[in-house]
Amino acid sequence: MQLWALLQGDRHADRAVPPTGFTARLTVFTAGAMAFLAVFALALSVATGRLADRWAAELAQTSTLRISAPVGEVDAQVTAALRVLETTPGVGSARSLTEEEERALLEPWFGPDLPVDSLRLPQLIEIVETGDGYDASGLRARLQAEVPGAVLDDHTRWRAPLIDAATRLRTLGWIALLLIGGAVAAMITLAAQSALSANAQVIRVMRLVGARDAYIARAFVRRFTLRAGAGALIGTALGLLAVALMPDGDTGGFLTGLGFSGTGWLLPLLIPPLAAAVAFFATRAAALRTLRSQA
Amino acid sequence: MIELDNVAYSYGGDSLFADLSLQLQPGSFQFLTGPSGAGKTTLLKLCYGDLLATSGSVTLFGKDAATLTRDDVAMTRRRIGVVHQDCQFLDHLPLTENVALPLQVSGRTHEAEGNLTDLLAWVGLSRQADQTPPQLSGGERQRAALARAVITSPDVIIADEPTGNVDWEMSQRLLTLLIELNRMGKTVLIATHDLNLIRFAKSQVVANVLRIKGGRMETGVTL
Ligand SMILES: Nc1ncnc2c1ncn2[C@@H]1O[C@H](COP(=O)(O)OP(=O)(O)OP(=O)(O)O)[C@@H](O)[C@H]1O
Ligand SMILES: [Mg+2]
Repeated sequence: MQLWALLQGDRHADRAVPPTGFTARLTVFTAGAMAFLAVFALALSVATGRLADRWAAELAQTSTLRISAPVGEVDAQVTAALRVLETTPGVGSARSLTEEEERALLEPWFGPDLPVDSLRLPQLIEIVETGDGYDASGLRARLQAEVPGAVLDDHTRWRAPLIDAATRLRTLGWIALLLIGGAVAAMITLAAQSALSANAQVIRVMRLVGARDAYIARAFVRRFTLRAGAGALIGTALGLLAVALMPDGDTGGFLTGLGFSGTGWLLPLLIPPLAAAVAFFATRAAALRTLRSQA
Repeated sequence: MIELDNVAYSYGGDSLFADLSLQLQPGSFQFLTGPSGAGKTTLLKLCYGDLLATSGSVTLFGKDAATLTRDDVAMTRRRIGVVHQDCQFLDHLPLTENVALPLQVSGRTHEAEGNLTDLLAWVGLSRQADQTPPQLSGGERQRAALARAVITSPDVIIADEPTGNVDWEMSQRLLTLLIELNRMGKTVLIATHDLNLIRFAKSQVVANVLRIKGGRMETGVTL
């Protein structure tokens, strides 16, 4: 069965099978509802994937060492800490932040006019990790012995389980998409089967006048493919609208991050043709199976 | 073209008939008679592959009917025009589309144009062209069934009681159509109770009469 021939259709073959308003509406509705859900499953997959990637990148990047010591000892402790870090496996590089950088870090909280000079700020050392990173508890133990004023702040480490969760959620999103596809196939099969048995007499007459199974099947297949495609188009459009209307936020939070970005918006456009393809194969299988079982 | 050799058929219980043979020679004109329930319709169904013989062999255009694929059956039916005793129409389509259906399912829609109008005029249904089968009288349906059976100009025409519900004048008219087609070389097999019809045909064409009775077939029956 050529797809193009199918889309063009055969007016007569289509007319030979009487219209079935009820199954038609059910199919359109089902495909629409499933497409709507598919948009969200897809958005979930895409967004959690993006989140996991970003968090993982941040995690891989940096941690900080904070040194609080009496004024005279700061420099000595910084040197000692840098020496310890140099010999720590998993640490790519370490450097103390300049005054300006520290000011920049604090600015969001205290404003630009912060008198850094008059405050006794701890000195910060930025650690860039390599590979799987360093052994945090080992490093802490060494620092405690050699640099008493140092506090290791691997603040992004707490996100590790979240990254796991995000990755898991992305997988679940894909599984949900597969299940939605399977459910569409199952429901279209049922609808097609009911349409076929409702039209048993039509099929018999067509067989009697010399119609081949493929010809008869085509009338049903075309119908269900177009209906599923149209329903999915509506459902996808509504789903996209709903996603687009989600409150926006740049905080990187999970809920506000649910959505597509850039070319990601094109991804859901695959849903209607995929729904049509699922309907095509489901109906064709159902039709040929039913026809073969009839005289 | 169509050959039944020592064929038996049963709908589950006792055999309706056994050791029955029949040959449709190309260009022949034959009648099949017999009492109601003798198995005329059943026999015709064996001839167009709607039923498979319980035993014996049925050969359709040189092929064993028992080994035909579903597509083969479809192709075979395109070579046989059938008037079914129960007509078998698509009730939701107008008469014209019903009559043209055999052309449509075989992708010959373009041939329908002129043919259809002439044919409907011949069977006297021009006025009813846009009506659906349930809106027609029994006789009108039979005439439509005949039109549908011959529209593809098939090699073989099998008609099951084609004149059961029509008056004598229309019966003659329909039979004349079949006789014309036979003169053009088509093979014709008609099941009927109507002895007048057979007599009328015999006055126009060389017709063989078969009778099925008590599970046996008599050939060359004289009236
Ligand atoms: N589908 C069926 N299942 C069971 N029995 C059937 C079936 N079709 C026909 N029969 C039986 O087979 C016998 C022959 O039926 P058939 O229709 O071939 O007779 P016929 O000679 O065409 O009769 P008529 O002249 O009334 O049309 C009948 O007794 C009928 O009851
Ligand atoms: Mg009969």
